Amino acid sequence: MSDTPAPPPVRRRETVEKVTALKHRPPTGFLRTYVFSLDHKVIGKQYLDLALVAVVTGMVLSWLMRFHLAYPDVAIPGLGRLAPTRGAGGVMTPELYLSLMTMHGTIMVFFVLTTAPFAGFGNFVLPIQVGAEDMAFPRFNMMSFWVTCVAFLVLLAAFFVPDGPPLSGWTAYAPLSAIGKDAGPGQGGGQTLWALSIAIFCVGQLLGSLNFIATTLDLRTRGMTLMRMPYSTWAWFITSVIGLIAFSVLLPACILLILDRVAGTSFFVPAGLVVSDRLQPHSGGSPLLWQHLFWFFGHPEVYIAILPGFGIVSHILPAFARKPLLGPKIAVGCMAAIGFLSYTVWGHHMFLSGMNPLSATLFSVPTLIITIPATIMVLLWIGTIYGSRLRFTTASLFCLGFVSVFVSGGISGFFLAQPSIDTYLHGTYFVVGHFHFVMGVAAMFGIFAGTYFWFPKMYGRMMNETLGKIHFTLTLIGVYATFMPMHYLGLAGNVRRYSAFTDDYMKGSQPLHRFITMAALFTGAVQLIFLVNLVWSRLRGAKAPDNPWQATTLEWSVPSPPPFDNFGGKHPVVVHGPDEYGGTSPEGDFVLQAAPPASGTA
Amino acid sequence: MRTKHVASFALLVLAASSIAAGPAPRAVSISGTVTFTGTPPKMLKIDMAKEPSCEKQHPTPVMTESVVTGPGSTLANVVVYVSAGDQPGPAPTETVRYDQKGCEYVPHVAVLHVGQPLEIYNNDQTSHNIHPLAKANPEWNKSQPAGSPPIKATYDKPEFIAVKCNVHPWMHGYFAVLGTAHFATTDGNGKFTISDLPPGKYTLTAWHERFGVQTQEVTVGGSEAKADFVFKALPY
Amino acid sequence: MGKLFAVILAVITAVSAGVFIARVWWLPPDISVLGAGIDHQLGETMIASGVLFVVSQLVLAAFVWQYADAGDGRPIKIFPGGATPMVVMATVLVGIEILVLTLVGTKVWAGIFLSPPDPNALHIDVQAEQFAYYFRYPGPDGKFGVPHPELIDDGNGNFFGLDPANDTTARDDIVSASLVVPVNLPVLLTLHAKDVGHAFYVPELRIQQDFVPGLVIPLQFTATETVKKEIVCTQLCGLGHFNMRAYLEVKPPDQFAQWLTEQAAQ
Repeated sequence: MSDTPAPPPVRRRETVEKVTALKHRPPTGFLRTYVFSLDHKVIGKQYLDLALVAVVTGMVLSWLMRFHLAYPDVAIPGLGRLAPTRGAGGVMTPELYLSLMTMHGTIMVFFVLTTAPFAGFGNFVLPIQVGAEDMAFPRFNMMSFWVTCVAFLVLLAAFFVPDGPPLSGWTAYAPLSAIGKDAGPGQGGGQTLWALSIAIFCVGQLLGSLNFIATTLDLRTRGMTLMRMPYSTWAWFITSVIGLIAFSVLLPACILLILDRVAGTSFFVPAGLVVSDRLQPHSGGSPLLWQHLFWFFGHPEVYIAILPGFGIVSHILPAFARKPLLGPKIAVGCMAAIGFLSYTVWGHHMFLSGMNPLSATLFSVPTLIITIPATIMVLLWIGTIYGSRLRFTTASLFCLGFVSVFVSGGISGFFLAQPSIDTYLHGTYFVVGHFHFVMGVAAMFGIFAGTYFWFPKMYGRMMNETLGKIHFTLTLIGVYATFMPMHYLGLAGNVRRYSAFTDDYMKGSQPLHRFITMAALFTGAVQLIFLVNLVWSRLRGAKAPDNPWQATTLEWSVPSPPPFDNFGGKHPVVVHGPDEYGGTSPEGDFVLQAAPPASGTA
Repeated sequence: MRTKHVASFALLVLAASSIAAGPAPRAVSISGTVTFTGTPPKMLKIDMAKEPSCEKQHPTPVMTESVVTGPGSTLANVVVYVSAGDQPGPAPTETVRYDQKGCEYVPHVAVLHVGQPLEIYNNDQTSHNIHPLAKANPEWNKSQPAGSPPIKATYDKPEFIAVKCNVHPWMHGYFAVLGTAHFATTDGNGKFTISDLPPGKYTLTAWHERFGVQTQEVTVGGSEAKADFVFKALPY
Repeated sequence: MGKLFAVILAVITAVSAGVFIARVWWLPPDISVLGAGIDHQLGETMIASGVLFVVSQLVLAAFVWQYADAGDGRPIKIFPGGATPMVVMATVLVGIEILVLTLVGTKVWAGIFLSPPDPNALHIDVQAEQFAYYFRYPGPDGKFGVPHPELIDDGNGNFFGLDPANDTTARDDIVSASLVVPVNLPVLLTLHAKDVGHAFYVPELRIQQDFVPGLVIPLQFTATETVKKEIVCTQLCGLGHFNMRAYLEVKPPDQFAQWLTEQAAQ
């Protein structure tokens, strides 16, 4: 009997049903339904709302920064009241600029780019996409959101302490961040709150990662083999594995930093430092240790920010191209390769840091090698568009825009990956242009694409497509106008993290900085269209059908919005792959992943 | 008859009370000269190369100011003040002005009473940051970009506070916060005058940032008193 | 909509690439013996990247224009050959490019950071602090005095914490706020930080190096032109980071010797 396939293991279905029976009851009461919800859909939306608050905060900070850079001699109205010490008379002091910059980076990287694409969309969509009724650990899930919220509040508290928010950048290099008040304004309580906030954030993310991994491995419905998982699920799964390791390193690093600041330890501070005329009482620490710990987390972190975007684009593009993704196994392999390689490259942030110059080559090679899977992904997307029947919705436009901006951002990385070129470009605006393209633009386009795509499923209403297309067009122009010129500034040697350009050779860059500021303020204003669309559509949008995009994956086989337990008590059985578009079937040119109801009910 | 009695009685009372009150107190002053013996350390030329907008303002070389001497071995920038025997009074309300000009602190030592308002001005085209390294008072550190409004500060405890600018490491000055309103700083000729002192016995302290502190007892009678100080200079 | 996207993308590509090609904003002329190597590496990378950028954006634009759904129900087409040949070709081409750039680039990198110090190099000790650089020359005795952090007194000009009273080697050390070097002669800097992390960057020299508190880091260069350029800080060090700079003055050897004598006399 060896040639008959063994019947599917009954164990898994029993496990799912047991979990449901024990933990999955519909919520009662306002708090349990909307605040302390165990429902992954609510938690996902809560994460997205948190990210929305964070991104608006981060953007406002960036407008203040950019205005000051373009018009350093113009007093900013109202600044004196917001920041009586550091913005007296509307004049932005250097410490205020650097504090705004630090908080801008921290809020954007952690509370926008690590929450929305991964915890936000992943929480809402992944369980439905794998055919589960909820995440594996709903209580961990709820805790992870509220812990993240607490982390955000602790970070915001840094704005209100007497010494103000820290000014050491989101990278918080020691000893500037480790010494304490002597190091200058902003390095008092604000820096300790920063480290505490990030440590708490790590805990939230670790809980989230555990949930994603367990759910993906254990709660897939019958027929949902790993290779039939949607690409977005794969991306979230790989991201959660990366996150588990990366945040496990950042958490102790932040704790060590706090100990150096308050407990007199010297993990990151060597002996003999004279700061503000005072000999510091530390001895034996290494500033490079902080950099290694931070970037060992920091580099995988940026892949945590972008990989969900890869998954979302790979998921959405076939739906609107009406054809399967080119090279499905290759795409999954590339995402996994990027995830793995992301751990081998952290030293490329440290070529000039004083570590052994031989290690520069050691880190440069895998950094350049990562170009290969990234290039392949881009080719697969472009190859998918070839011969397709492209439908232009806002979601698909943002996917196309993602491809464009990711190429731009990736190419500037190609320069920085080479130590001999980094010798010139390190610390200049070239780097700022690079990471804003990949994180501030590409990852954001992934978030926009996901929003326009899954909004109908989340809220049962359609977003306004006209507003969406205007939003996309103006944003595409705006982001290129804002961030492409930064590469020119970098080539001219314009240094980053400067609150003013008083050096002789940088004075001529003022007109270009003004242009960038205009473009940034324009792009920021355009986002109002998106906000208006979000709010208006939630209240007044046209009612959404179950499958407005004629897509194949499991989330489109349930009502919009889905019932509490996603599948209405039935467990779908999956018989097709995730992107079977382009053929002919009773539904049209696509085939739903789940088998028709007659053959699949539990 | 009765009016005459009342009038002379009133005059008697008036005369008696003025005798009982004693003569009206005359405010006197203490003045003197501060000199030094020995060889003072050489002052070094300040190199302001990193800040051309300040460098331009000094046609002649600028020297460090921790020991400023005058003709006849006199010492400038010595703060002389009454450290005992003085009645505490309210803080003077006039503002003490501290200027940053040409990347230097003017005056090098600003003397003020506890609670007296201090205003710090940036007259340069560059940003400065004022970092008074207070120990008994709260320490603060603020930037003052060109064109900012003046920074207002007061101190509540007497202390000699070193002031530095991190952006221009050569800038160095002092706030002398005193508990008395009777103080003076020696000028370029080493001379000082403390005025408005009621007669009495006082302890005078003279403070110099490099050569330390000296004290003297001075009795102030009806006329101007004299007090001179001599510091021992150290070459390093 | 697709056509609009394609046109916008094409315009953006043309403008962006055009500004790069026209070198409207570009590197300043290099004044270092090692500068040409870096500029060559950068130029090669710029050409390869430029081609990749323009081709990929224009192909994306072209495909979006071409493959918009015309509503005519035409069948979809798979990319000729499927994914595998495209992937193999990409891997090979990118792989070769990476190999070439790494081999050439490592030589350039090694030239700056892995070469043993020239025995004839002029040794200058550099201290970075919040927010200025100070440079120390060994003086006629050729030896640097021992720095004592607890003796540092900026207000009195003792930036390095030297103890000339008790340390004879410190007596002739020359401290300068500008980095003055002779032209066409190798210079070896030893970088150390007094308080927090800083960096040394001279765009014209094409070199950059972080100062790490607790470490003494060597950095070599040879300047090839008599110029006065700025040294700026590229490692965030606090509020005065933007204003932290010193001037590099490259002088002909005789003027340099004269400057050194003048400094020693003070």
